[in-house]
Amino acid sequence: MSTLTEAAPVATTEPEEVELTYREAVNAALEDAMAEDPTVVLMGEDVNADGGVFKTNIGLPERFPGRVMPTPICENGFMGVALGMSITGMRPIVEIMFADFLPTAGDAIVNQLPKYRYMSGGQFTVPVTVRVMSGGGGRFGTQHSATAESWYMAQPGMRIAAASSSQAAYELLRASIRNNDPVLFFEHKALYPRKGPVRRGTIADVGTAKVLREGNDVTILATLLMVERSLQAAEQLAAEGISAEVIDLRWVRPIDLPTIEASVAKTGRLVIAEEQWHEGGWGATVISELAMRGTPWKSAPRAVSLPHDLLIPYSPTLEDEMLPSVDRIAAAARESVGR
Amino acid sequence: MAGTADSDRRVGWYRQMWTIRLFEEKVQELFMSGLIQGTTHLCQGQEAVSVGSISAMQPGDVQTNTYRGHGEALALGMTPETGFAELMGRSAGGSKGVGGSMHFIDTSLGNIGANAIVGAGLPIAVGAALSFKLQGKPHGALTFFGDGATNIGTFHEALNMAAVWKTPVVFIITNNLYGEYSPQMTTTATKDLARRADPFGMPGIIVDGQDVDVVHREVSAALERAKAGEGPSLLEMKTYRYRGHSRTDPAKYRAPGELEAWKLRDPIDILGAKLAEEGLLSADAQQQVRTEVQAAIDAAAERAAQSPVLTLEETRQYVYAD
Ligand SMILES: Cc1ncc(C[n+]2csc(CCOP(=O)(O)OP(=O)(O)O)c2C)c(N)n1
Ligand SMILES: [Mg+2]
Repeated sequence: MSTLTEAAPVATTEPEEVELTYREAVNAALEDAMAEDPTVVLMGEDVNADGGVFKTNIGLPERFPGRVMPTPICENGFMGVALGMSITGMRPIVEIMFADFLPTAGDAIVNQLPKYRYMSGGQFTVPVTVRVMSGGGGRFGTQHSATAESWYMAQPGMRIAAASSSQAAYELLRASIRNNDPVLFFEHKALYPRKGPVRRGTIADVGTAKVLREGNDVTILATLLMVERSLQAAEQLAAEGISAEVIDLRWVRPIDLPTIEASVAKTGRLVIAEEQWHEGGWGATVISELAMRGTPWKSAPRAVSLPHDLLIPYSPTLEDEMLPSVDRIAAAARESVGR
Repeated sequence: MAGTADSDRRVGWYRQMWTIRLFEEKVQELFMSGLIQGTTHLCQGQEAVSVGSISAMQPGDVQTNTYRGHGEALALGMTPETGFAELMGRSAGGSKGVGGSMHFIDTSLGNIGANAIVGAGLPIAVGAALSFKLQGKPHGALTFFGDGATNIGTFHEALNMAAVWKTPVVFIITNNLYGEYSPQMTTTATKDLARRADPFGMPGIIVDGQDVDVVHREVSAALERAKAGEGPSLLEMKTYRYRGHSRTDPAKYRAPGELEAWKLRDPIDILGAKLAEEGLLSADAQQQVRTEVQAAIDAAAERAAQSPVLTLEETRQYVYAD
């Protein structure tokens, strides 16, 4: 492992739009963040070898020698190490190969990263970004397919981002790394090959959802892969004369309730599209919050989620059936408008 | 034997050990009067480990410790008043009264963590040490934990990472023979815990944790090795806690005579006898130190109780930095 010395030269060009895959967008965000700030390091299992397990880190070990550090297989341990680095002048990014492994670092995620500042009476800042490869559809089976974006959402002290597109991946990751608090940053494995325009240099606001398609009849709220499927469902619905508004939640903590409320005030109808079980997730939380605010529904809110009391199977046929599809999202929207 | 530390320093250690001892006794007393609530894990009997180790640190070095961390915090220079205020939940506390007994923290003194989760401080210290190494800073880290903590995953994970990366860190087991109510041999398949260094290819050293001179010498040497790039060490301090595990524990599980036997090798007495023999601090002067420390402790507790309590809303700023 070599020693950090000088800051790498900072890219100063104006943000220009380029076409990148989601994987390349993650890579670009990592590269730009590391170029901008010499205290940023990337660590995790196999992060330096062959671009990392999901090839998001291509070129980084060569460009930033010693700053892309492979760790032993000990998630709780190396997340604690990242915490120790973060309070002594560094800004580590930790990679978690599959979201399903997060609970092995449960103590670091629940008791250390989000509480370390508080219980010291504000003496620390803990700028750790945890990049999590998540999501189903890859035929990875029951223990490698979780999205996990709601597992830790009730924990104050932690922020949670979920990226649905190349642009979102780029700007949300930049925002997460710059943020001085711990962030769980969710990437979706099925989205890595998707292409989309990216404005390099853009940094997202923390805690804002984004209306991706405007509409008047029904609001569809989604994260990660479900955003793409919701947009496709909205296309279908438009052909039938139903105008759907699609919102990418982007931040699971804090949830941008004003944006959601404004949309539902207009449409009076809500469909949650989530690649997780409905119980105890952000979808249930949004519906609960809106209910408590006395939202005047035109019809009951609906959720398209992983089927109740079933787990994610390997069998490709069954896995496809398990994950919320474009058709299921469109069907829920139709139901909500009474068609 | 004390060749590495000058005489004034050792007299200072004597005073520090009394400060820790009498601070902890005062905590017990303040509990009875209701000024301190919840739980505390006291460290009477283990003072030489705290003082001998912390005195090996140089400016810029850091350490992490545990819920039984008053000794390290005081040895690092946290004032008794700051400590009492923390215990009373008041804003003059090191952690503003938000942390409590288990979180005596002061980054300005190199105290970067007191953890209530067994084993959690080890990876954090490895991270700090790695950070120093990457940034080319000449500092190192100590991490304190108990015998019981050598059974949790983070112990093994942290030693492995530190060994693989040769981070400048020293692992210090305060082996007081018990993890909560369980004697070491009922939970742990290794007798001399220093041997747990062997699979990681690092030195594992058994240290007389009752003799502050020995502790200081061994920790200094290990820290120097670590900072010189020669890798981490595991030091096992053989010591004993006089009180039960926590406030509610009368420690009935001890063998008869065990406590008394350990008190015959009391760490303050051991240093006191040496200082008297070497003509550095007479028995009378030692009595004087104790009296002065007691007065300072009592006054500190009085002052701490005057500090205000934050509002809940004021603590909000400690949740997020941004
Ligand atoms: C992960 C975890 N498990 C259990 C506990 C409860 N607990 C607190 S202290 C302790 C005993 C630890 O013993 P040891 O490591 O020897 O330290 P000592 O208390 O003797 O200083 C236990 C079980 C805890 N705080 N954290
Ligand atoms: Mg113990």
